[in-house]
Amino acid sequence: MIALLVRDLKLAMRAGGGFGLGLAFFLIVVTLVPFGVGPESALLAVIASGILWLGALLACLLSLDRIFALDWEDGSLDLLATAPLPMEAIVSVKALAHWVTTGLPLVLAAPVFGLLLNLPTNGYKPLILSLILGTPALSVIGTFGAALTVGLKRGGLLLSLLVLPLYVPTLIFGAEVARRGVAGLDNGTPMLMLAGITLGVIALLPFASAAALRVNLR
Amino acid sequence: MNSVWEYANPKKFVQTTDKVLPWVSVLSVVALVAGLIWGFFFTPDDYRQGSTVKIIYLHVPSALMAINAWLMMLVASLIWLVRRHHVSALAARAAAPVGLVMTLIALLTGAIWGQPMWGTYWAWDPRLTSFLILFLFYLGYIALWSAIENDDTAADLTSVLCLVGSVFALLSRYAVNFWNQGLHQGASLSLDKEEHVADVFYYPLLICIAGFVLLFIALVLLRTRTEIRARRMRALLARERMG
Amino acid sequence: MMPELGKYAETVLSAYAVSILLILGLVLISLIRARHIKRRLQEVETKAKKHG
Repeated sequence: MIALLVRDLKLAMRAGGGFGLGLAFFLIVVTLVPFGVGPESALLAVIASGILWLGALLACLLSLDRIFALDWEDGSLDLLATAPLPMEAIVSVKALAHWVTTGLPLVLAAPVFGLLLNLPTNGYKPLILSLILGTPALSVIGTFGAALTVGLKRGGLLLSLLVLPLYVPTLIFGAEVARRGVAGLDNGTPMLMLAGITLGVIALLPFASAAALRVNLR
Repeated sequence: MNSVWEYANPKKFVQTTDKVLPWVSVLSVVALVAGLIWGFFFTPDDYRQGSTVKIIYLHVPSALMAINAWLMMLVASLIWLVRRHHVSALAARAAAPVGLVMTLIALLTGAIWGQPMWGTYWAWDPRLTSFLILFLFYLGYIALWSAIENDDTAADLTSVLCLVGSVFALLSRYAVNFWNQGLHQGASLSLDKEEHVADVFYYPLLICIAGFVLLFIALVLLRTRTEIRARRMRALLARERMG
Repeated sequence: MMPELGKYAETVLSAYAVSILLILGLVLISLIRARHIKRRLQEVETKAKKHG
């Protein structure tokens, strides 16, 4: 299992795409927002946490189709399927690798990009906390979507259509934590809900992803 | 009494629905026409909402069917996953576009109704938002069906998506409720009509709901038969190509 | 014998028009596809019988 994780991480680093691309995309989204809504810093301060969450979500989405695609093309996914590892474990490791290469850099970059959007100082802690709690769910849900669409030729667009509605609860609670943090309100309830969703998703969704992957490898 | 599972045999299903379908269709047309005419021509205006209250005869039944169609797809998907009856998977496939249209009707009539009543076509009210999300779920489900060529693979994957989607749709419903209360405390847009519906509006509404249910059944039966035939056709064509 | 819809006539009528159009469209598409597939299946079946 650890060998698989290390292999996936190495591949993501070497190919270069998976690692840097999400971050670059995140930066571009953050850069474009002031062009769209105007440069008033008061307005930006209000929407900063929401934009950062949305940017992180879209950046995460961007790299989802790579989770299984490369392994599918060169046949190593078939090899993995016949390995003694249960499919659920493979799927979980893939999701973890995706989070380490995409979610974690986004979490680390978010405060820097927060500066660009004039995020109020008391907003940094809740924002980072909500992203740490929420982005694993994005990776796990995304792995499910990738497992559904792995065999398809034009899976990318379909993948977004399938995954984005599933992101709604995570986005709502995650952005709510950050927003309440900025407003100085108590954000304990959405935080618990966000953590609950992430834990539930990590515990249950790999079974669905594994089932989908088995169907696709049939 | 025969077992329900006999209808899982495609041939038996087509034979039985041959007899049932005309009746259901006629009944649904009768109920829809009667209910809508009663509602449109012979009910008084509401003292607060004026004549716009007549939209209720389309809005509430379509909203009900939008949710029930997804529930039916969920049950059909479960039956497919557990018992592997093709008819079940094809029925879920047949129901999805009907549910999509119902959701669209509920959204559109709601928007049209909202304009004079709330002064806006759209508000990010929890119910409206949940329906928009439901609409997206239908779109994704239908897109996945049409993207996969192999019938059994498509049935399996869409069933899994339907199960997972149901859980997330429910989660979204609660998340959206929470989110909106967080924004505007005590939103004044009460959509809960059941409380204020008086008897004059209630009986024609019941008939309209019955009409929509029958319409849904008729359409699903018709479309399931089409899917059964399409599947058989693909199988025959594939065999021909092999031989 | 049109009922008096008052100032909301447009609202009510457009809601009915949109809904009825959507429902009729769905019914029509379902019927056309049903007929089309039925005919094609018959063609394919007769061809399969001839060969088989």
